[in-house]
Amino acid sequence: MKIGYPQALLYYKYFPLWETFFNKLGAEIILSGQTSKKILNMGAVEAENELCLPVKVFYGHLLSLVDKVDSVFIPRIVSVEKNAFTCPKFMGLPDMARAVGHQVPRIIDPVIDLRQGWKQYLDTIVGLGKELSPSRVKILSAYRAGVKSLHEYKEKTVAGVTPIDIIDNREVDDSGADIKIGLAGHPYNIYDKYTSMNLIKRMREMGVAVTTGEMIEDRVIEREAATLPKDLFWTYEREVVGTISHWSRRSSVDGIIYILAFPCGPDSLVQALLEHEMRKEKSTVPMMSLVIDEHSAEAGFLTRIEAFVDMVRRKKRLSRQKVG
Amino acid sequence: MLTFPQMGNLERLLGDILERLEVEYMPPPKTTAKTLALGTKHAPEFSCLPLKINIGNFIEALDAGADTLLMAGGKGPCRFGYYAEIEDRILKDAGYDFEMVTVEPPSMGFTRFVGPIKRVSGKSTRQIWKILRASFPKCRGFDFLEKKALETRCFELNIGDTTKALKKAMDILSEAKKPEEIKEAIDAGLNVIDSVSCDKDRLVLKVGFVGEFYILLEPFVNFDVEEWLGNRGVMVDRSVYITDWIGPSAKNPVAGTSDDELAEIAKPYLGHSVGGEGLPSIAHTMLYAREGFDGVIHMFPFTCMPDTIAKAILGKVGKDLDIPILHFTIDEQTGKAGVATRLEAFLDLLAGRRRALVN
Ligand code: SF4
Ligand code: SF4
Repeated sequence: MKIGYPQALLYYKYFPLWETFFNKLGAEIILSGQTSKKILNMGAVEAENELCLPVKVFYGHLLSLVDKVDSVFIPRIVSVEKNAFTCPKFMGLPDMARAVGHQVPRIIDPVIDLRQGWKQYLDTIVGLGKELSPSRVKILSAYRAGVKSLHEYKEKTVAGVTPIDIIDNREVDDSGADIKIGLAGHPYNIYDKYTSMNLIKRMREMGVAVTTGEMIEDRVIEREAATLPKDLFWTYEREVVGTISHWSRRSSVDGIIYILAFPCGPDSLVQALLEHEMRKEKSTVPMMSLVIDEHSAEAGFLTRIEAFVDMVRRKKRLSRQKVG
Repeated sequence: MLTFPQMGNLERLLGDILERLEVEYMPPPKTTAKTLALGTKHAPEFSCLPLKINIGNFIEALDAGADTLLMAGGKGPCRFGYYAEIEDRILKDAGYDFEMVTVEPPSMGFTRFVGPIKRVSGKSTRQIWKILRASFPKCRGFDFLEKKALETRCFELNIGDTTKALKKAMDILSEAKKPEEIKEAIDAGLNVIDSVSCDKDRLVLKVGFVGEFYILLEPFVNFDVEEWLGNRGVMVDRSVYITDWIGPSAKNPVAGTSDDELAEIAKPYLGHSVGGEGLPSIAHTMLYAREGFDGVIHMFPFTCMPDTIAKAILGKVGKDLDIPILHFTIDEQTGKAGVATRLEAFLDLLAGRRRALVN
């Protein structure tokens, strides 16, 4: 069986798990590939105008798989931990996919909802595996192999490799960089080379070492985010808050760039929240928020990045002189 | 001095509860274009419209002397659950000095619900419980009066009579305190609306009204579309009422369909709640189609996650069930004239379909 896997949205978080799982069970995974102009255009034409950029991109990936696969894997990811949700868009994603104007292949949409506990989750996994194998033992062992891949992936990122370098199988040497910038935001915003206008590569070309939230251990992120008076009930937003707070409180980066997609619901509030918290904590790390959408002009975008990088560099030189 | 956001009849409902709690309060000035401008200035750019107006309401109330802000909380997944946190920070950053009192839903733990009410009122849990129970039937009464007015307005002989009658009915109910008084006042109010002179034989178009909660309940942001349509002889059925939403059982007796039933109905198109009114918008549209309504109006704030999802799915629903749906995405730039033009074209379409059906 050929299962299509759109290389968009939460793909960047969980692909080692699902790719391994399906492969072990003998399915062939067909990826939609990285975002291209064609994919984005297809998605933007199909999607409602009000949808956020990453979901429009997702539509494009979905459409590019039509005719190539027997089914498409679009899990309904409601919650990945107790007492928290993902973004509502992920809860409705399979239904939105079914409602597109084209003939879409069958959609495989297991409900991932960890608020319901682990037992329910395992049942879901077994149900999902039953598509490919009647053996519960085989399914569970495929799942364990998937989890192992996910752990290895996380270990690599914590060791300092970005997900996109893992995906592209690239070695990066940034030992010559004189400043370090934390790039924050949803993985599908910062690692999508097309919609981020190749930001990571561009920054490296400017002599910047780029670090991201995936390089921080989960429990550290969790501890930082837990200092908010009211728990943020979106897991992935809490990760953004935890990441930025970690960098800002330790001054472990020279500057922070926070990428938001237009018009992201949760990010709109989190941006305001972070700006307030950093002001309150008298953070000395400069942060710039950048909004990307399908009309973002590359020239303007680059100018802003360059200006920020220059400013961070100047600031660092000045503070060195003071110390010296 | 305590205040709270403006939203439809909320002022009458909360007013009753706060009087019983003996808490001094002042509602913010009614929402106007100035309120919206203030909110837009301070709120994050692509936050949803209700947040912007809340902030505008609060600024106007703080300027008028309020020092305690009452807000509801929530546990997601839509943004409303974090509104109070954001509003608190934005207003403090803007230099205001106040206390934010956030009442969380009982499902997040009873003390997070009742604790804040105890603190502002000095009443015991028992007293608070008694007061809420005494006030609830009255709150529900306001919803029933509104529903009655929606069923009446499209038949009225003199434009404006129903709106006047509704106001009178609400004023009568506002005065009622004791259980028997409330019952009588609701009956009296319904009678007042019933006695509007009507042409009950008039052929009217029937339109369902679905979408995001705040937009549906607040005439300032929905451009008073219910009255606009009623004045043109269109019967409007609204899918959301305030006490259905805050009511403890989720049975939704005013709108008439329980949350569980809605989830079951929506299933072929949306298999899971997406927060806010995303699922109800789809389920109610399906119900309206089944019940032979002529069309559906779907309104929601720009950037609203749940109802943007609904919109992405409603296109297919409308096609499959052959019911016209008119979507309005509302933001601070939406103008009355544009809304009216689109509504007029929609009514022409519905009237044309009706004629084709009759022939
Ligand atoms: S978190 Fe934001 S960007 Fe991501 S899917 Fe939700 S609305 Fe879109
Ligand atoms: S339902 Fe929509 S508009 Fe209302 S608070 Fe939630 S996200 Fe905002």
